[in-house]
Amino acid sequence: MTGHLTEHTDRPGRRDVGGRLPAPHGDDAAAPWADKLWTAVRAADEYTGLDVVTDALAAGLDPESVLLDVIGAVQRKVGTEWAANRMSVADEHAATAINDRVIAVLPVRRPADSRGRITVACVDQEWHALPARLVSETLRLRGWQVDYLGAQVPTAHLISHIHRTGPDAVCLSSSLPTRLPLAHSAITAVQAAGTPVMAGGLAFGADGRYARLLGADAWAPDARAAADRLAAGPLSRPTPAHQATDDLPHLRDQEYTLVAKSSPRLVRDTFRSLEQRFPAMRDYSDEQRERTAEDIAHIVTFLTAALYVDADEVFGDFLVWTAEVLSARGVPARSLLPCLDLLKEQLHDFPRACRLLDAGRTALTPRP
Amino acid sequence: MTSSPARPRTGAPSTVSVAAAPCPVVVLDAGGHVAQLNDAARALLPAARAGRPLSSPAWLATADGTRPEPVDGEVGDRSFLAHPSVLADGRTVWWLTDETAYRTAVGELEAERSRTRFLTDASSALLASLNLERSMEVTARLATEHLADAALVIAPTAARTLPVVACDHRGQVTRSTVTEAPDTVPGLAEALRGFPPVPSRWIDPATAPDWLIPPGFGEVGSLVITPLPGLGVPAGALVLLRRVQQDAFSEAEESLAGLFAARAGAAMSAARLYAEQNAISDTLMRELLPPTLRQMQGVEFAGGYRASRDTERIGGDFYDVHPPTEDSPETLVVLGDVAGKGLEAAVLTGKIRNTLHALLPMADDHGRMLRLVNNAMRTSHHTRFATLVMASVRREEREVVLRLTSAGHPAPLIIRRDGTVEEADTRGTLIGVLPAVTSRTARVRLAPGETCLLFTDGVTEARGGPLGDTMFGDRRLRRAAAECAGMPAEAVVERIQMVTSQWIGDGRHDDIAVLAITAPRGAHLSAVDGATRGRYTA
Repeated sequence: MTGHLTEHTDRPGRRDVGGRLPAPHGDDAAAPWADKLWTAVRAADEYTGLDVVTDALAAGLDPESVLLDVIGAVQRKVGTEWAANRMSVADEHAATAINDRVIAVLPVRRPADSRGRITVACVDQEWHALPARLVSETLRLRGWQVDYLGAQVPTAHLISHIHRTGPDAVCLSSSLPTRLPLAHSAITAVQAAGTPVMAGGLAFGADGRYARLLGADAWAPDARAAADRLAAGPLSRPTPAHQATDDLPHLRDQEYTLVAKSSPRLVRDTFRSLEQRFPAMRDYSDEQRERTAEDIAHIVTFLTAALYVDADEVFGDFLVWTAEVLSARGVPARSLLPCLDLLKEQLHDFPRACRLLDAGRTALTPRP
Repeated sequence: MTSSPARPRTGAPSTVSVAAAPCPVVVLDAGGHVAQLNDAARALLPAARAGRPLSSPAWLATADGTRPEPVDGEVGDRSFLAHPSVLADGRTVWWLTDETAYRTAVGELEAERSRTRFLTDASSALLASLNLERSMEVTARLATEHLADAALVIAPTAARTLPVVACDHRGQVTRSTVTEAPDTVPGLAEALRGFPPVPSRWIDPATAPDWLIPPGFGEVGSLVITPLPGLGVPAGALVLLRRVQQDAFSEAEESLAGLFAARAGAAMSAARLYAEQNAISDTLMRELLPPTLRQMQGVEFAGGYRASRDTERIGGDFYDVHPPTEDSPETLVVLGDVAGKGLEAAVLTGKIRNTLHALLPMADDHGRMLRLVNNAMRTSHHTRFATLVMASVRREEREVVLRLTSAGHPAPLIIRRDGTVEEADTRGTLIGVLPAVTSRTARVRLAPGETCLLFTDGVTEARGGPLGDTMFGDRRLRRAAAECAGMPAEAVVERIQMVTSQWIGDGRHDDIAVLAITAPRGAHLSAVDGATRGRYTA
């Protein structure tokens, strides 16, 4: 029953959809410190958190290990705990803020002359800044001169920064697959400015397939790999400026453009049809109704992102992950199906969208 | 279908005679002896004699006359194509056609194409970057790849040192600064000056200083200094080096180098202008950018700003946090909104911020401060008005004490630990319109973990949401604020910004400013002045 989508009004705005983090690098020496930091972060106790990091450094743990195997490990746990409904949105933000602050304890190193200059930025509308911050700090620790531009950097700012500073490469971070279209425009713009791009973050797929698809010059699964790749030698010079549709020929069918343009109407119409089909919705509070609309909007956003990269799994993974999140909050996953049906009715003229919706339905169907 | 019969050949001349052929013709027998040759052939190959073996040209003498494929080669300074006709008696008739003009045209076409390709590639590579160092690198690299064995780009400078980017014979690009006067190299000073225009200048490699020759380059054969023409400003000079074993520069190569230098010079001076403009706007903008906030006097401050247009970094919203001074023992926070957007509004925010800064000693009386700002704004030539909210902040034991005054601005929200959200009880007239302004100050205490949230109407009036055109409104802001109970100041600001941003989506929005004042929670609160642990709160 679709109405169940809205039962849990304390559910945050899906900030972390798809935000599962890969397993950390094993470092046994770091694990006890990570546990201590986790306890401090869980108690929202910034000062104890700062002490843990100071003590870990004093105990001789390598700064990069403190950064990635202590602070990074805690941040990964924040993501999984939130998904399992063991952390509220307030806890999550507080934990991230504390993690962000304890990074300041790490030693500051003067950039080595032989290393170059790197710009690290999050894609426009991407709020998850911490993975990019971890990359910046890792590169700094390894002697690079780093310009860290933070969360949601409009592409125009990024390009202007590139012209000002002339970096050797740009590291572009994105966690949510819904940012892939914006990531693509950022990648092509940076390359057109003659600078190679390394992409990283969960949005680009566990194996970096979307980084390749969108024409990034390199991809790294985590901060260490990013630093290793840059240390191995300069990234190859980007291909000359070209049209986005050269990378993604499927965009020529205009499905992405048309569906993205009509998405507010799609959300509205789907919402109204749900109301007609499920009279119980009429008794919802305004807030419940808004949450339902938000759920539909998320489904449409992921559908358009999947259309952009033409990948069933972008849409399917989102639905499966959403189903898991809903289950953790006691909502049956089948509540998503009527939305898919209604969307397919409206998008029957769009073959790729229909294929994605079918694939989504298959992904949601429990295997025997 | 009927086919027309073959045209009868009887009666027509069976062969064109060798003598009458309009081109040189040589008949060779199976043994390679010259059987016959016409006048044209005799003139072309004066050494060839009937009955003797053909000795030159070798490419024709050794050609296989039994295969019906043409061969080609040079005779003197001309190119010929020789078509064989094999006769029944085993002799071969070679018909020679002069292809010199065609070959030259093909060669020139290829050369022209490659020049065009080079200039096109050079233009797109040079156009890509507006960064001077990158432009210099691209110029040096392209020059080495297409024009010379190594190249140096030297930028003009007012300093006594020369910024140099070199690309050596291995393609390795290095940046360096040479501490030598340009007049140690003949022609360099003139080339760097940019005016009056000077032509490319050849210099004797023996007179070139060491810094001009890349390490391991070997003996220099030729060296030319080409000025880079700029857009009214000097752009620098390009030095091309060739090794001894390479040919010196041909006329065509020199003119190509000139065309390339024109493009490189334009790109480099555009990059220089861009950098200069940026330096100017950065200097002017520095005062207008919102400050970076941090913890002060044991109170957490965090701010977030988003200009209405993503390409801009400043707008009509502003905030400042002034630490306590001798005259004013409290921290003063100001957040406001000037009517209008963009640069013009930002300039006015700068004036208001400066006025408020000057009035800091009067911060104990918000009402008086607002009256003075109001007078200052009304007497200035600006016709705009502003709303703002002031907060005087003081730590008292573990709590934070606030005096809050709104001047026509949305009242701050107080986020209590239990998630209750209250509106501060303050109200006042906006600034810059009426001759007299009134205001009411609210006093608020924050327990550890509680936050006072200041914001501009860019938050509440943001349009968007899942259904497209809904106003974010006070109710949603309060709900979002309630979720922030107990969060650190940065997290509150990030959360509110994020929720607003998600609400807006791709839509248009006004300037948005958010500022959080939070009483810190945590174990070390009492150790504000501690020596080691807990020092972070200071």
